[in-house]
Amino acid sequence: MSETHLIDRVRELFPEAIIEVQRAHDELTLVVRKSALEAFMHFLFQDTELAFNYLVDVTAVDYQNLPEISEKFQARFMVVYHLYSHQNNVRVRIKTPLEEDEAVPSVATLWKAANWLEREVYDMFGIVFEGHPDLCRILMPDDYEGHPLRKDYPLRGRGERARFLFDTGNQEG
Amino acid sequence: MGLEKAIGSVMPNALTTRLDRLINWAQKNSLWPMPFGTACCGIELMATLAAKYDLARFGAEAIRFSPRQADLLIVAGRVSLKEMPVLKKIYDQMPEPKWVISMGACASCGGVFDTYTLIQGVDQFIPVDIYVPGCPPRPEDMIDALIQIQKIVEEKSVRDPSD
Ligand code: SF4
Repeated sequence: MSETHLIDRVRELFPEAIIEVQRAHDELTLVVRKSALEAFMHFLFQDTELAFNYLVDVTAVDYQNLPEISEKFQARFMVVYHLYSHQNNVRVRIKTPLEEDEAVPSVATLWKAANWLEREVYDMFGIVFEGHPDLCRILMPDDYEGHPLRKDYPLRGRGERARFLFDTGNQEG
Repeated sequence: MGLEKAIGSVMPNALTTRLDRLINWAQKNSLWPMPFGTACCGIELMATLAAKYDLARFGAEAIRFSPRQADLLIVAGRVSLKEMPVLKKIYDQMPEPKWVISMGACASCGGVFDTYTLIQGVDQFIPVDIYVPGCPPRPEDMIDALIQIQKIVEEKSVRDPSD
């Protein structure tokens, strides 16, 4: 199964879902509408011909300071999924544009690997994954406020270092 | 005083020395490091311990992964706010006397990571004896740091409770 065949099949099955097909550095990226994401990912997971059995990564990008992208897709964030098929040796990147307070459907029920990866995206960007079994912070302390990889989060933090109490590991106040 | 001579005439195989010197000599040549390797510096520390640089030549090859069996803490890498309580607990668990090497720019001052999550120098929370500059320091720098620690060990006295 080739990449062209993959594009033809998903275009045929989801004519409305795909906003854009990008090819850069020999890599295939599909920008998919959020409303269709759940069905789309479910299809990629269960289809025996495509056989995307391996979820390599889930991450996100904050395009707040890149108006050429955020205006084009009417979105502040993009959630990015990297999929790989061992059977076909094919990789694909799925991107979903997202406005600030929008949630995305979780894919943790399809690929178990998504569980921690989605928690990390939630922790760093504050993007909520609906249907995730346990969406809590994974890297930052539990009582941490804010989502540090957002572009509007100051690099040196909001005084966490000054408020830090080392005997409990918690923030003051 | 002629004491050495008197003892030597009775026991020809005996050596006389000061208690401090004997204990310090034993301690400085058998430092047991506890590696707290949290980042890239940890890799360089492994190289220091491996065959090419061979820290065993200085008696510090018995790496202990339990702080209760170690007397030299090597902080090798970045320490985040979330991790600092762990490091403090490890330091507290080490029996006295104990020494600390802060390896690399990150452990010593935060390095290039002047960010929301990073401790800007572990010496804010635990006492550090030797700082090793570098990003990462070369194994030779670590060997030098160990020799500096040995000099500190050499100078302490069993009579001084502060040591
Ligand atoms: S000082 Fe450099 S090598 Fe060491 S942990 Fe920091 S970044 Fe890594």
